[in-house]
Amino acid sequence: MKGLALALLLWQAGVWATGLPPYLLPGPWAVGQALVAHRGELAPATALTGAATLIGLALGAGLGVALALMMAAWPRLGRAFAPLLIVSQSIPVFALAPILTLWLGFGMAPKLAMVVLITFAPVAQALHDGMRAMPTARADLAQVMGASRRAVLWHLALPGALPQLASGLRLAAVYAPLGAVIGEWMGGAQGLGALMLHANGRMKTDLMFAALLVVIALALLLQAVVNRGLQNALRRRGFEC
Amino acid sequence: MSDCGLEGSAPGLFGPLRLDLPEGCVTCLLGASGVGKSTLLRLLAGLPTGVVFEGQVQRLPAALMAQEDGLLPWLSVAQNVTLGARLRGERAADPAALLAAVGLAGFEARLPGTLSGGQRQRVALARTLAEDRPLVLLDEPFSALDARLRLEIGALALRLLAGRRVLIVTHDPAEAARLGDQILILTRAGLMPHPAPKGAVPRAHDAGEVLEAQAALMERLLA
Repeated sequence: MKGLALALLLWQAGVWATGLPPYLLPGPWAVGQALVAHRGELAPATALTGAATLIGLALGAGLGVALALMMAAWPRLGRAFAPLLIVSQSIPVFALAPILTLWLGFGMAPKLAMVVLITFAPVAQALHDGMRAMPTARADLAQVMGASRRAVLWHLALPGALPQLASGLRLAAVYAPLGAVIGEWMGGAQGLGALMLHANGRMKTDLMFAALLVVIALALLLQAVVNRGLQNALRRRGFEC
Repeated sequence: MSDCGLEGSAPGLFGPLRLDLPEGCVTCLLGASGVGKSTLLRLLAGLPTGVVFEGQVQRLPAALMAQEDGLLPWLSVAQNVTLGARLRGERAADPAALLAAVGLAGFEARLPGTLSGGQRQRVALARTLAEDRPLVLLDEPFSALDARLRLEIGALALRLLAGRRVLIVTHDPAEAARLGDQILILTRAGLMPHPAPKGAVPRAHDAGEVLEAQAALMERLLA
Protein backbone atom coordinates (compact mmCIF):
# COMPACT_ATOMS: atom_id res chain seq x y z
CA MET A 1 0.00 0.00 0.00
CA LYS A 2 2.79 2.40 0.98
CA GLY A 3 4.63 1.48 -2.20
CA LEU A 4 1.54 2.21 -4.26
CA ALA A 5 1.05 5.59 -2.62
CA LEU A 6 4.70 6.45 -3.20
CA ALA A 7 4.46 5.41 -6.85
CA LEU A 8 1.37 7.60 -7.36
CA LEU A 9 3.13 10.51 -5.67
CA LEU A 10 6.23 10.13 -7.83
CA TRP A 11 4.03 9.86 -10.89
CA GLN A 12 2.18 13.08 -10.07
CA ALA A 13 5.47 14.81 -9.20
CA GLY A 14 6.91 13.70 -12.52
CA VAL A 15 3.97 15.20 -14.38
CA TRP A 16 4.35 18.50 -12.56
CA ALA A 17 8.13 18.61 -12.88
CA THR A 18 8.27 17.84 -16.59
CA GLY A 19 5.18 19.85 -17.47
CA LEU A 20 4.26 17.25 -20.08
CA PRO A 21 0.80 17.82 -21.61
CA PRO A 22 -1.90 15.35 -20.51
CA TYR A 23 -2.06 13.70 -23.95
CA LEU A 24 1.55 12.58 -23.46
CA LEU A 25 1.52 11.82 -19.74
CA PRO A 26 -1.62 12.31 -17.68
CA GLY A 27 -1.21 12.41 -13.92
CA PRO A 28 -2.87 9.93 -11.60
CA TRP A 29 -5.58 12.45 -10.77
CA ALA A 30 -6.49 12.85 -14.44
CA VAL A 31 -6.48 9.09 -14.91
CA GLY A 32 -8.73 8.69 -11.89
CA GLN A 33 -11.13 11.21 -13.39
CA ALA A 34 -11.09 9.35 -16.70
CA LEU A 35 -11.80 6.13 -14.82
CA VAL A 36 -14.96 7.64 -13.39
CA ALA A 37 -16.00 9.59 -16.49
CA HIS A 38 -15.65 6.58 -18.82
CA ARG A 39 -17.04 3.95 -16.47
CA GLY A 40 -19.85 3.37 -18.98
CA GLU A 41 -17.31 2.20 -21.54
CA LEU A 42 -14.88 0.59 -19.12
CA ALA A 43 -17.35 -1.65 -17.28
CA PRO A 44 -18.57 -3.71 -20.27
CA ALA A 45 -15.05 -3.85 -21.66
CA THR A 46 -13.79 -5.16 -18.33
CA ALA A 47 -16.50 -7.81 -18.23
CA LEU A 48 -15.58 -8.92 -21.73
CA THR A 49 -11.83 -9.06 -21.08
CA GLY A 50 -12.44 -10.75 -17.75
CA ALA A 51 -14.62 -13.39 -19.39
CA ALA A 52 -12.04 -14.02 -22.12
CA THR A 53 -9.34 -14.32 -19.47
CA LEU A 54 -11.26 -16.77 -17.31
CA ILE A 55 -12.62 -18.95 -20.10
CA GLY A 56 -9.29 -18.93 -21.92
CA LEU A 57 -7.43 -19.79 -18.74
CA ALA A 58 -9.78 -22.69 -18.04
CA LEU A 59 -9.41 -23.97 -21.61
CA GLY A 60 -5.63 -23.48 -21.60
CA ALA A 61 -5.22 -25.18 -18.23
CA GLY A 62 -7.44 -28.05 -19.35
CA LEU A 63 -5.45 -28.47 -22.54
CA GLY A 64 -2.20 -28.28 -20.59
CA VAL A 65 -3.30 -30.93 -18.11
CA ALA A 66 -4.56 -33.21 -20.89
CA LEU A 67 -1.30 -32.80 -22.81
CA ALA A 68 0.82 -33.53 -19.72
CA LEU A 69 -1.24 -36.64 -18.98
CA MET A 70 -0.79 -37.92 -22.51
CA MET A 71 2.92 -37.18 -22.40
CA ALA A 72 3.23 -39.07 -19.14
CA ALA A 73 1.13 -41.99 -20.37
CA TRP A 74 3.11 -42.34 -23.60
CA PRO A 75 6.75 -41.55 -22.81
CA ARG A 76 7.73 -41.47 -26.49
CA LEU A 77 5.15 -38.80 -27.10
CA GLY A 78 6.46 -37.03 -24.02
CA ARG A 79 10.03 -37.01 -25.28
CA ALA A 80 8.88 -35.70 -28.64
CA PHE A 81 6.69 -32.97 -27.17
CA ALA A 82 8.85 -31.72 -24.30
CA PRO A 83 11.15 -29.59 -26.49
CA LEU A 84 8.15 -28.34 -28.49
CA LEU A 85 6.60 -27.03 -25.30
CA ILE A 86 9.68 -24.96 -24.59
CA VAL A 87 9.73 -23.66 -28.16
CA SER A 88 6.05 -22.78 -27.97
CA GLN A 89 6.77 -20.57 -24.98
CA SER A 90 9.33 -18.54 -26.90
CA ILE A 91 6.92 -17.74 -29.76
CA PRO A 92 6.19 -14.00 -29.78
CA VAL A 93 2.42 -14.34 -29.60
CA PHE A 94 1.95 -10.78 -30.89
CA ALA A 95 3.10 -12.04 -34.24
CA LEU A 96 0.35 -14.64 -34.29
CA ALA A 97 -2.48 -12.32 -33.32
CA PRO A 98 -3.30 -11.00 -36.83
CA ILE A 99 -3.36 -14.47 -38.31
CA LEU A 100 -5.59 -15.73 -35.49
CA THR A 101 -7.99 -12.90 -36.31
CA LEU A 102 -7.93 -13.90 -39.95
CA TRP A 103 -8.68 -17.49 -39.07
CA LEU A 104 -11.18 -16.98 -36.30
CA GLY A 105 -12.83 -13.64 -36.99
CA PHE A 106 -13.26 -10.65 -34.69
CA GLY A 107 -15.28 -12.16 -31.87
CA MET A 108 -14.34 -14.04 -28.72
CA ALA A 109 -12.62 -16.92 -30.51
CA PRO A 110 -9.28 -15.31 -31.42
CA LYS A 111 -8.97 -13.87 -27.91
CA LEU A 112 -9.59 -17.26 -26.36
CA ALA A 113 -7.10 -18.81 -28.76
CA MET A 114 -4.53 -16.25 -27.68
CA VAL A 115 -5.10 -16.94 -23.97
CA VAL A 116 -4.98 -20.70 -24.55
CA LEU A 117 -1.77 -20.32 -26.56
CA ILE A 118 -0.10 -18.37 -23.83
CA THR A 119 -1.28 -20.51 -20.88
CA PHE A 120 -1.31 -24.16 -21.92
CA ALA A 121 2.46 -24.62 -22.15
CA PRO A 122 3.43 -23.58 -18.61
CA VAL A 123 0.68 -25.80 -17.22
CA ALA A 124 1.63 -28.78 -19.38
CA GLN A 125 5.31 -28.40 -18.70
CA ALA A 126 4.97 -27.99 -14.93
CA LEU A 127 2.62 -30.96 -14.57
CA HIS A 128 4.71 -33.19 -16.84
CA ASP A 129 7.91 -32.34 -14.97
CA GLY A 130 6.14 -32.95 -11.68
CA MET A 131 4.84 -36.35 -12.78
CA ARG A 132 8.28 -37.39 -13.95
CA ALA A 133 9.95 -36.30 -10.74
CA MET A 134 8.31 -39.00 -8.64
CA PRO A 135 10.50 -39.90 -5.64
CA THR A 136 12.35 -43.22 -6.09
CA ALA A 137 10.96 -44.51 -2.79
CA ARG A 138 7.43 -44.24 -4.18
CA ALA A 139 8.31 -45.88 -7.47
CA ASP A 140 10.04 -48.76 -5.66
CA LEU A 141 7.09 -49.27 -3.37
CA ALA A 142 4.65 -49.30 -6.28
CA GLN A 143 6.73 -51.81 -8.22
CA VAL A 144 7.08 -54.19 -5.28
CA MET A 145 3.35 -53.85 -4.64
CA GLY A 146 2.69 -54.96 -8.20
CA ALA A 147 1.11 -51.74 -9.45
CA SER A 148 0.41 -51.34 -13.16
CA ARG A 149 1.91 -48.38 -15.02
CA ARG A 150 -1.51 -46.84 -15.25
CA ALA A 151 -2.09 -47.19 -11.52
CA VAL A 152 1.28 -45.56 -10.85
CA LEU A 153 0.42 -42.62 -13.08
CA TRP A 154 -3.05 -42.19 -11.71
CA HIS A 155 -2.54 -42.88 -8.00
CA LEU A 156 1.04 -41.73 -7.46
CA ALA A 157 2.47 -39.52 -10.21
CA LEU A 158 -0.56 -37.32 -10.85
CA PRO A 159 -1.60 -36.52 -7.28
CA GLY A 160 2.06 -36.20 -6.31
CA ALA A 161 2.58 -33.55 -9.00
CA LEU A 162 -0.06 -31.25 -7.55
CA PRO A 163 2.49 -28.74 -6.18
CA GLN A 164 4.15 -28.45 -9.60
CA LEU A 165 0.76 -28.20 -11.31
CA ALA A 166 -0.05 -25.37 -8.92
CA SER A 167 3.09 -23.46 -9.95
CA GLY A 168 2.16 -23.92 -13.59
CA LEU A 169 -1.35 -22.65 -12.95
CA ARG A 170 -0.03 -19.64 -11.03
CA LEU A 171 2.15 -18.75 -14.00
CA ALA A 172 -0.76 -19.27 -16.39
CA ALA A 173 -2.91 -16.94 -14.28
CA VAL A 174 -0.24 -14.25 -14.62
CA TYR A 175 -0.15 -14.63 -18.40
CA ALA A 176 -3.87 -15.09 -19.07
CA PRO A 177 -5.00 -11.41 -18.86
CA LEU A 178 -2.03 -10.49 -21.00
CA GLY A 179 -3.19 -12.93 -23.66
CA ALA A 180 -6.72 -11.55 -23.62
CA VAL A 181 -5.52 -7.96 -23.96
CA ILE A 182 -3.13 -8.85 -26.78
CA GLY A 183 -5.97 -10.59 -28.56
CA GLU A 184 -8.19 -7.55 -28.23
CA TRP A 185 -5.41 -5.18 -29.12
CA MET A 186 -4.72 -6.93 -32.38
CA GLY A 187 -8.10 -8.01 -33.56
CA GLY A 188 -10.87 -7.34 -31.11
CA ALA A 189 -13.49 -4.67 -31.59
CA GLN A 190 -14.39 -4.77 -27.90
CA GLY A 191 -12.76 -5.28 -24.53
CA LEU A 192 -10.10 -3.40 -22.62
CA GLY A 193 -7.41 -4.05 -25.23
CA ALA A 194 -9.55 -2.58 -28.02
CA LEU A 195 -10.53 0.32 -25.77
CA MET A 196 -6.87 1.09 -25.13
CA LEU A 197 -6.10 0.95 -28.84
CA HIS A 198 -8.92 3.34 -29.68
CA ALA A 199 -8.07 5.67 -26.83
CA ASN A 200 -4.50 5.75 -28.08
CA GLY A 201 -5.64 6.55 -31.60
CA ARG A 202 -7.74 9.45 -30.36
CA MET A 203 -4.94 10.76 -28.14
CA LYS A 204 -7.12 10.08 -25.10
CA THR A 205 -4.11 9.06 -23.08
CA ASP A 206 -5.94 9.41 -19.76
CA LEU A 207 -8.50 6.81 -20.87
CA MET A 208 -5.68 4.59 -22.13
CA PHE A 209 -4.07 4.73 -18.70
CA ALA A 210 -7.41 4.17 -16.98
CA ALA A 211 -7.95 1.01 -19.04
CA LEU A 212 -4.40 -0.07 -18.27
CA LEU A 213 -5.07 0.34 -14.54
CA VAL A 214 -8.18 -1.81 -14.86
CA VAL A 215 -6.14 -4.50 -16.67
CA ILE A 216 -3.59 -4.46 -13.86
CA ALA A 217 -6.31 -4.64 -11.20
CA LEU A 218 -7.94 -7.52 -13.07
CA ALA A 219 -4.63 -9.38 -13.29
CA LEU A 220 -3.82 -8.87 -9.61
CA LEU A 221 -7.30 -9.97 -8.56
CA LEU A 222 -7.07 -13.09 -10.70
CA GLN A 223 -3.65 -13.94 -9.27
CA ALA A 224 -4.88 -13.45 -5.72
CA VAL A 225 -7.93 -15.67 -6.27
CA VAL A 226 -5.93 -18.39 -8.03
CA ASN A 227 -3.18 -18.33 -5.40
CA ARG A 228 -5.68 -18.59 -2.58
CA GLY A 229 -7.57 -21.43 -4.24
CA LEU A 230 -4.40 -23.38 -5.00
CA GLN A 231 -3.04 -22.85 -1.51
CA ASN A 232 -6.23 -24.23 -0.02
CA ALA A 233 -6.26 -27.18 -2.40
CA LEU A 234 -2.62 -28.01 -1.59
CA ARG A 235 -3.13 -27.73 2.14
CA ARG A 236 -6.24 -29.91 2.04
CA ARG A 237 -4.21 -32.57 0.28
CA GLY A 238 -1.49 -32.53 2.89
CA PHE A 239 1.12 -30.59 0.94
CA GLU A 240 3.04 -27.85 2.66
CA CYS A 241 2.94 -24.49 1.01
CA MET B 1 20.25 -73.15 -3.55
CA SER B 2 17.35 -72.62 -1.17
CA ASP B 3 13.89 -71.43 -2.19
CA CYS B 4 14.70 -67.80 -1.48
CA GLY B 5 18.01 -66.04 -1.86
CA LEU B 6 20.60 -65.25 -4.46
CA GLU B 7 23.94 -66.44 -5.70
CA GLY B 8 26.29 -64.60 -7.99
CA SER B 9 28.41 -61.51 -8.31
CA ALA B 10 28.16 -57.91 -9.40
CA PRO B 11 31.50 -57.01 -11.01
CA GLY B 12 32.89 -53.83 -9.51
CA LEU B 13 30.64 -54.02 -6.45
CA PHE B 14 30.89 -57.46 -4.85
CA GLY B 15 32.52 -60.75 -5.73
CA PRO B 16 30.80 -64.15 -5.86
CA LEU B 17 28.53 -64.59 -2.88
CA ARG B 18 25.58 -66.60 -1.75
CA LEU B 19 22.70 -65.34 0.35
CA ASP B 20 20.08 -67.70 1.74
CA LEU B 21 16.95 -66.49 3.46
CA PRO B 22 15.62 -69.48 5.43
CA GLU B 23 11.95 -69.72 6.21
CA GLY B 24 10.75 -68.08 9.41
CA CYS B 25 14.15 -66.52 9.96
CA VAL B 26 15.17 -62.90 10.40
CA THR B 27 18.37 -62.23 8.48
CA CYS B 28 20.30 -59.10 9.29
CA LEU B 29 22.62 -57.93 6.54
CA LEU B 30 25.23 -55.63 8.01
CA GLY B 31 27.80 -53.60 6.15
CA ALA B 32 29.32 -50.20 5.58
CA SER B 33 27.71 -47.75 3.18
CA GLY B 34 28.36 -48.45 -0.47
CA VAL B 35 29.31 -52.14 -0.26
CA GLY B 36 26.11 -53.21 -1.98
CA LYS B 37 23.75 -54.18 0.87
CA SER B 38 20.86 -52.34 -0.67
CA THR B 39 21.73 -53.75 -4.08
CA LEU B 40 21.24 -57.26 -2.69
CA LEU B 41 17.90 -56.25 -1.22
CA ARG B 42 16.81 -54.63 -4.45
CA LEU B 43 17.76 -57.74 -6.41
CA LEU B 44 15.56 -59.80 -4.09
CA ALA B 45 12.76 -57.27 -4.50
CA GLY B 46 13.09 -57.30 -8.27
CA LEU B 47 13.87 -53.59 -8.35
CA PRO B 48 16.31 -51.88 -10.74
CA THR B 49 19.81 -51.73 -9.24
CA GLY B 50 21.99 -49.95 -11.77
CA VAL B 51 24.56 -52.76 -11.61
CA VAL B 52 25.05 -55.88 -13.70
CA PHE B 53 24.35 -58.94 -11.57
CA GLU B 54 25.70 -62.23 -12.85
CA GLY B 55 23.98 -65.12 -11.18
CA GLN B 56 20.53 -66.17 -10.13
CA VAL B 57 17.96 -64.80 -7.74
CA GLN B 58 15.22 -66.87 -6.10
CA ARG B 59 12.43 -64.47 -5.36
CA LEU B 60 9.25 -64.68 -3.35
CA PRO B 61 6.40 -62.17 -3.36
CA ALA B 62 7.79 -59.43 -1.15
CA ALA B 63 6.76 -56.43 0.89
CA LEU B 64 9.19 -53.52 1.15
CA MET B 65 9.86 -51.05 3.92
CA ALA B 66 12.63 -48.50 3.52
CA GLN B 67 14.30 -45.77 5.52
CA GLU B 68 12.13 -43.25 3.74
CA ASP B 69 8.58 -44.05 4.80
CA GLY B 70 7.20 -43.30 1.33
CA LEU B 71 3.85 -42.22 2.76
CA LEU B 72 1.67 -40.29 0.33
CA PRO B 73 0.89 -36.92 1.90
CA TRP B 74 -2.51 -36.62 0.22
CA LEU B 75 -3.83 -39.96 1.51
CA SER B 76 -5.12 -40.56 5.01
CA VAL B 77 -3.27 -42.95 7.32
CA ALA B 78 -5.85 -45.66 6.57
CA GLN B 79 -5.52 -45.15 2.80
CA ASN B 80 -1.74 -45.24 3.07
CA VAL B 81 -1.87 -48.54 4.92
CA THR B 82 -4.03 -50.09 2.19
CA LEU B 83 -2.05 -48.50 -0.66
CA GLY B 84 -1.09 -51.87 -2.16
CA ALA B 85 -4.70 -52.91 -2.67
CA ARG B 86 -5.49 -49.50 -4.11
CA LEU B 87 -2.61 -49.74 -6.60
CA ARG B 88 -3.61 -53.22 -7.68
CA GLY B 89 -7.27 -52.23 -8.01
CA GLU B 90 -8.32 -54.63 -5.26
CA ARG B 91 -10.77 -54.13 -2.46
CA ALA B 92 -8.89 -52.99 0.62
CA ALA B 93 -9.35 -54.72 3.95
CA ASP B 94 -10.19 -52.62 7.00
CA PRO B 95 -6.83 -51.40 8.34
CA ALA B 96 -8.14 -50.71 11.88
CA ALA B 97 -6.68 -53.88 13.41
CA LEU B 98 -3.27 -53.29 11.83
CA LEU B 99 -3.22 -49.69 13.00
CA ALA B 100 -4.11 -50.82 16.50
CA ALA B 101 -1.29 -53.38 16.34
CA VAL B 102 1.28 -50.68 15.55
CA GLY B 103 -0.12 -48.45 18.30
CA LEU B 104 -2.00 -46.04 16.09
CA ALA B 105 -5.61 -46.92 16.86
CA GLY B 106 -7.86 -44.01 15.95
CA PHE B 107 -5.35 -42.45 13.55
CA GLU B 108 -7.23 -43.65 10.43
CA ALA B 109 -8.31 -40.25 9.14
CA ARG B 110 -5.12 -38.32 9.91
CA LEU B 111 -2.87 -37.07 7.12
CA PRO B 112 0.82 -38.11 7.24
CA GLY B 113 1.91 -34.48 7.50
CA THR B 114 0.42 -34.31 10.98
CA LEU B 115 2.43 -37.30 12.29
CA SER B 116 5.81 -37.50 13.99
CA GLY B 117 8.71 -39.41 12.44
CA GLY B 118 8.09 -42.43 14.68
CA GLN B 119 4.37 -42.46 13.93
CA ARG B 120 5.06 -42.24 10.20
CA GLN B 121 7.35 -45.26 10.41
CA ARG B 122 4.63 -47.12 12.31
CA VAL B 123 2.22 -46.39 9.47
CA ALA B 124 4.83 -47.67 7.00
CA LEU B 125 5.11 -50.82 9.11
CA ALA B 126 1.33 -51.30 9.06
CA ARG B 127 1.40 -50.84 5.27
CA THR B 128 4.11 -53.50 5.02
CA LEU B 129 2.04 -55.89 7.14
CA ALA B 130 -1.08 -55.17 5.10
CA GLU B 131 0.69 -56.61 2.07
CA ASP B 132 0.84 -59.95 3.90
CA ARG B 133 3.74 -61.35 1.83
CA PRO B 134 5.93 -64.36 2.65
CA LEU B 135 9.09 -62.26 2.28
CA VAL B 136 9.57 -58.90 3.99
CA LEU B 137 12.46 -56.67 2.94
CA LEU B 138 13.49 -53.91 5.31
CA ASP B 139 16.07 -51.43 3.96
CA GLU B 140 17.51 -49.44 6.88
CA PRO B 141 13.95 -49.03 8.13
CA PHE B 142 14.81 -47.48 11.49
CA SER B 143 17.93 -45.44 10.62
CA ALA B 144 16.14 -42.11 10.61
CA LEU B 145 14.70 -42.64 14.10
CA ASP B 146 16.24 -41.64 17.40
CA ALA B 147 17.81 -44.34 19.59
CA ARG B 148 14.76 -44.97 21.73
CA LEU B 149 12.29 -45.17 18.84
CA ARG B 150 14.71 -47.40 17.00
CA LEU B 151 14.51 -49.91 19.87
CA GLU B 152 10.74 -49.62 20.23
CA ILE B 153 9.75 -49.81 16.59
CA GLY B 154 12.39 -52.41 15.77
CA ALA B 155 11.05 -54.71 18.48
CA LEU B 156 7.45 -54.02 17.46
CA ALA B 157 8.23 -54.80 13.83
CA LEU B 158 9.84 -58.13 14.70
CA ARG B 159 6.98 -59.16 16.95
CA LEU B 160 4.48 -58.44 14.20
CA LEU B 161 6.59 -60.09 11.51
CA ALA B 162 7.28 -63.22 13.57
CA GLY B 163 7.18 -66.38 11.49
CA ARG B 164 7.92 -64.64 8.20
CA ARG B 165 11.08 -64.59 6.17
CA VAL B 166 12.61 -61.21 6.87
CA LEU B 167 15.70 -59.48 5.51
CA ILE B 168 16.86 -56.40 7.39
CA VAL B 169 19.59 -54.33 5.76
CA THR B 170 21.33 -52.19 8.35
CA HIS B 171 24.58 -50.40 9.10
CA ASP B 172 23.96 -50.54 12.84
CA PRO B 173 25.74 -53.45 14.64
CA ALA B 174 23.46 -53.04 17.67
CA GLU B 175 20.40 -53.51 15.48
CA ALA B 176 21.85 -56.62 13.89
CA ALA B 177 22.72 -58.07 17.31
CA ARG B 178 19.22 -57.43 18.64
CA LEU B 179 17.17 -58.42 15.64
CA GLY B 180 19.01 -61.07 13.64
CA ASP B 181 18.41 -64.85 13.83
CA GLN B 182 21.06 -64.94 11.17
CA ILE B 183 23.67 -62.18 10.93
CA LEU B 184 25.66 -61.63 7.75
CA ILE B 185 28.39 -59.08 7.14
CA LEU B 186 28.95 -57.75 3.66
CA THR B 187 32.43 -56.37 2.97
CA ARG B 188 34.56 -55.96 -0.14
CA ALA B 189 35.82 -59.48 0.59
CA GLY B 190 32.36 -60.98 0.40
CA LEU B 191 29.47 -62.11 2.55
CA MET B 192 30.39 -63.70 5.87
CA PRO B 193 28.17 -65.06 8.64
CA HIS B 194 28.58 -63.98 12.22
CA PRO B 195 27.19 -66.07 15.09
CA ALA B 196 24.00 -64.56 16.41
CA PRO B 197 23.51 -64.15 20.17
CA LYS B 198 21.27 -66.70 21.88
CA GLY B 199 17.62 -66.02 22.49
CA ALA B 200 14.60 -65.25 20.42
CA VAL B 201 14.45 -61.98 18.54
CA PRO B 202 13.84 -59.18 19.36
CA ARG B 203 16.51 -59.44 22.04
CA ALA B 204 17.00 -57.01 24.89
CA HIS B 205 19.41 -54.26 23.91
CA ASP B 206 21.33 -54.56 27.19
CA ALA B 207 21.69 -58.36 27.38
CA GLY B 208 25.33 -59.33 27.83
CA GLU B 209 25.48 -61.50 24.75
CA VAL B 210 23.86 -58.84 22.61
CA LEU B 211 26.39 -56.26 23.76
CA GLU B 212 29.24 -58.68 23.09
CA ALA B 213 27.92 -59.46 19.61
CA GLN B 214 27.51 -55.75 18.94
CA ALA B 215 31.14 -55.11 19.89
CA ALA B 216 32.37 -58.05 17.83
CA LEU B 217 30.34 -56.90 14.81
CA MET B 218 31.69 -53.38 15.13
CA GLU B 219 35.18 -54.85 15.25
CA ARG B 220 34.58 -56.74 12.02
CA LEU B 221 33.10 -53.70 10.32
CA LEU B 222 36.18 -51.66 11.23
CA ALA B 223 38.58 -54.38 10.11
